[in-house]
Amino acid sequence: MKKKNGIGLLGTIFFSVLAALYMYPIVMVVLNSLKVETAISTSGAFELPTGETFAGLTNFVSAISSQGFLKSLFYSVFITVTSVGLILLCCSMCAWYINRVHNLISKLMYLLCAFSMVVPFQMVMFTLSNTADKLDIFGLRFNNPYTICFIYLGFGAGLAVFMFSGFMKSIPLEIEEAAMIDGCSPLQIYFKIVLPILKPTMISVGVLEAMWVWNDYLLPTLVLDIKKYRTIPMLIQYFRGSYGKVEMGPMMACIVMTVLPIVIIYIAGQKHIIKGVLDGSVKG
Amino acid sequence: MEKALKRWFPLFVLPTLVAFIIGFIWPFIQGVYLSFCQFTTIDRTTFVGVQNYVNAFQDAEFGSAFRFTVSFAVVSTILINVLAFLLALALTQKMRGTNIFRTVFFMPNLIGGIVLGYIWQILINAVLSNLGQPLLALNSKAGYWGIIILMCWQQIGYMMIIYISGLQNVPGDLIEAASIDGATPLQTLFKIKLPMVMPSITICLFLTITNSFKLFDQNLALTAGEPAHATEMLALNIYNTFYFRAGPQWKGIGQAKAVIFFVLVVAIALIQLRATRSKEVQQ
Repeated sequence: MKKKNGIGLLGTIFFSVLAALYMYPIVMVVLNSLKVETAISTSGAFELPTGETFAGLTNFVSAISSQGFLKSLFYSVFITVTSVGLILLCCSMCAWYINRVHNLISKLMYLLCAFSMVVPFQMVMFTLSNTADKLDIFGLRFNNPYTICFIYLGFGAGLAVFMFSGFMKSIPLEIEEAAMIDGCSPLQIYFKIVLPILKPTMISVGVLEAMWVWNDYLLPTLVLDIKKYRTIPMLIQYFRGSYGKVEMGPMMACIVMTVLPIVIIYIAGQKHIIKGVLDGSVKG
Repeated sequence: MEKALKRWFPLFVLPTLVAFIIGFIWPFIQGVYLSFCQFTTIDRTTFVGVQNYVNAFQDAEFGSAFRFTVSFAVVSTILINVLAFLLALALTQKMRGTNIFRTVFFMPNLIGGIVLGYIWQILINAVLSNLGQPLLALNSKAGYWGIIILMCWQQIGYMMIIYISGLQNVPGDLIEAASIDGATPLQTLFKIKLPMVMPSITICLFLTITNSFKLFDQNLALTAGEPAHATEMLALNIYNTFYFRAGPQWKGIGQAKAVIFFVLVVAIALIQLRATRSKEVQQ
């Protein structure tokens, strides 16, 4: 039952103002990204671009052409999509196995996955980046954007296996047994029965892992060669590094081009994203 | 079925297991071992016992990072949870536009820490320079409150969503019964709603405390520990110990700090979970 005497119109006005203030930092960056380089100053960040200081899209053009934004975008998108795809497929298969086969490995795997979720990254930071640098499996190295996805699979496995396992317990065993009697192999059972049932959880896990991989800064910085490969968070940090004067205009443009797609994806898939975050928070 | 599935171990489990060993288990074990060694690369290590731990505890910067982190975690956890709960209460009332407001307040949570850090650095520096105050790089007080404001901005929406879903699960007949018995709205809040959303409070406290302790990206992007390590938090301190301190002993000390940090995070999470779990009521 909702209260009848809600806070009504006054509340709507109050929260509209609050929401506008809440969005201001993003609006401010958008406005500054439209100014010419000389007009962007520390104290003048609040000023609106005027006729003289309006730069159009030049900052965006220079961010794309000279700062390598598109390349970074490609690496970020590639790493996120591949890692999340790998995590969803491999971890759901693994979770199914350890929930159906009861032996020591299954139990151990589950406990270690739960454990890995509380371990801070700094604990394995140095050794992991060293392993990724040195490890060489038949010429396969892990220090480029194409194989770093495997590292993400390992580090993201904890949350994914844990969440899939939680959901797996509610799937009735009878369906799978019936399929077994009808002559399905485990692989067929997995793809034809388990996977479709898992779909809502897949989306939730996918949302959580994608948010993490997309925004992750430290792992790619330590593992990848920053001169060759930069993901978007690395690019923005690199901008400010000790490489001469910071060009504020293109940097603002970069931030805008990073934030806007997230906002658009969020508005389009809001339902799934909020459900994913809620599902993920239950792990606590 | 168990038997048939068992043979498929290499396909179902092995990829995840191998990646998990490479990405987590092996680095973790190696990390624990290396915290007892002096080393500059992993191949050249000499066992030094607990010397690294002794040095880590004697490192003044580590101590100040610890104090800074604790004070930040306490203030930000309280602020985030109180504000998020109030927002959730307001946005579950009958009012136009609640869905849009929820959408807006949740949004910052999706933007990465590095980007958030820079957005707020620009904003806070603009405010400071208009007030004639020293900028973030020289102003540790502004740095401290800057990180708190930033984290509030990012996390309030997230916690609000969890509180909203908790509040929506409070059975309507309970509230109705209370109002028939003559409970004031304030009494309903403290005697019914709060106890009923205790599971949400557990989750939110857990998330905000561990997030505060593990905070790295925002700290690096907003202040980078300036001025003179005064706004450096534990995670950033460990990172700097590893990569920006000259001398062969620092990598070992960094690893020892990381182990201390890990034990601390786990201990806090366990204590906090136990404390709030005991206050939950059965529905």
